[in-house]
Amino acid sequence: MNITVAGVKKEFEDGLTVAKLIELENVETPEYVTVTVNDEFVESGTFAETALKDGDTVEFLYFMGGGQPHGN
Amino acid sequence: MAFTNEQLERYSRHIILKEVGAKGQKKLSSAKVLIIGAGGLGAPAALYLAAAGVGTIGIVDADEVDLSNLQRQVIHTTADIGKPKVQSAKETMEAINPDVTVNTYHTFVTSENVLDLIKDYDFILDGTDNFPAKFLINDACVMSKKPFSHAGIIRFRGQLMTYVPGQGPCYRCVFKEPPPKDAVPTCRQAGVIGAMGGVIGSLQAMEAVKYIVGSGDLLTGYLLTFDALKMEWRKIKLPSDTHNCAVCGDHPTITELIDYEQAECTDK
Repeated sequence: MNITVAGVKKEFEDGLTVAKLIELENVETPEYVTVTVNDEFVESGTFAETALKDGDTVEFLYFMGGGQPHGN
Repeated sequence: MAFTNEQLERYSRHIILKEVGAKGQKKLSSAKVLIIGAGGLGAPAALYLAAAGVGTIGIVDADEVDLSNLQRQVIHTTADIGKPKVQSAKETMEAINPDVTVNTYHTFVTSENVLDLIKDYDFILDGTDNFPAKFLINDACVMSKKPFSHAGIIRFRGQLMTYVPGQGPCYRCVFKEPPPKDAVPTCRQAGVIGAMGGVIGSLQAMEAVKYIVGSGDLLTGYLLTFDALKMEWRKIKLPSDTHNCAVCGDHPTITELIDYEQAECTDK
């Protein structure tokens, strides 16, 4: 099946879950990544149960700091 | 208030733009923008906003200029080392454009002061590097119904999004809560290419200017990401359903500001 991951169409075997995709794509800091499938958030903690289907679009959104140290 | 001949000349490249014009330039002159953090992101943003003639610019930062800052924080010079960053930033902005009033706040943002800091400003720029501050600024802007630009930079990457009340997701819609201390690398630990602050900080200034003059489409509902090694930009659509957000959703569970534990980052 075809899944568009971060804007790139790729072929995967059937039965893929979000958790497995995170592993295959070597996502950095996988515990803290935000995932959307077809413009909907996937609840963190449900990645292993969330199955992907042909034609899905997946985005990984990463925490990014930067700028100036600042806070309390 | 009419422009002087000098102002007409200073802002001529803006005024000639149909998306800005004399009307937009007047809006800039009466606008108030607050920049939180006078570092990698805040420095270029402050330079462009001052040059653009934003009438009042507030700048918040508790730090002093350090030698290791100068690789990217282009508003400060070698002669400014040891000086409060807000003071150094103010001097540079006033030297660029005497039309601008710069308010300095030599402090960290906290749950105690953030609402007061943002209340008189039309648009806020988050130029901080740590997640407790980013969440604090987001929540305060949501609660105060203030638009703001969020940005982050690390290594050769940067990203930004814009929040406008009622027009799309906030930062907390996307990232529910700060990662644990040291779970996600900071610039100090991971490094950042100097020009990245210029790229992303300038885009934050761009969003502020567009918001003020009311032209074009803002990055509301999108996360714009930049990978400098690949020279690749992506404008990622964010989910539009904000109903369940803990702070900007229909039934917020976060109704008071939270001081999360501060990550170990001094950027020195």
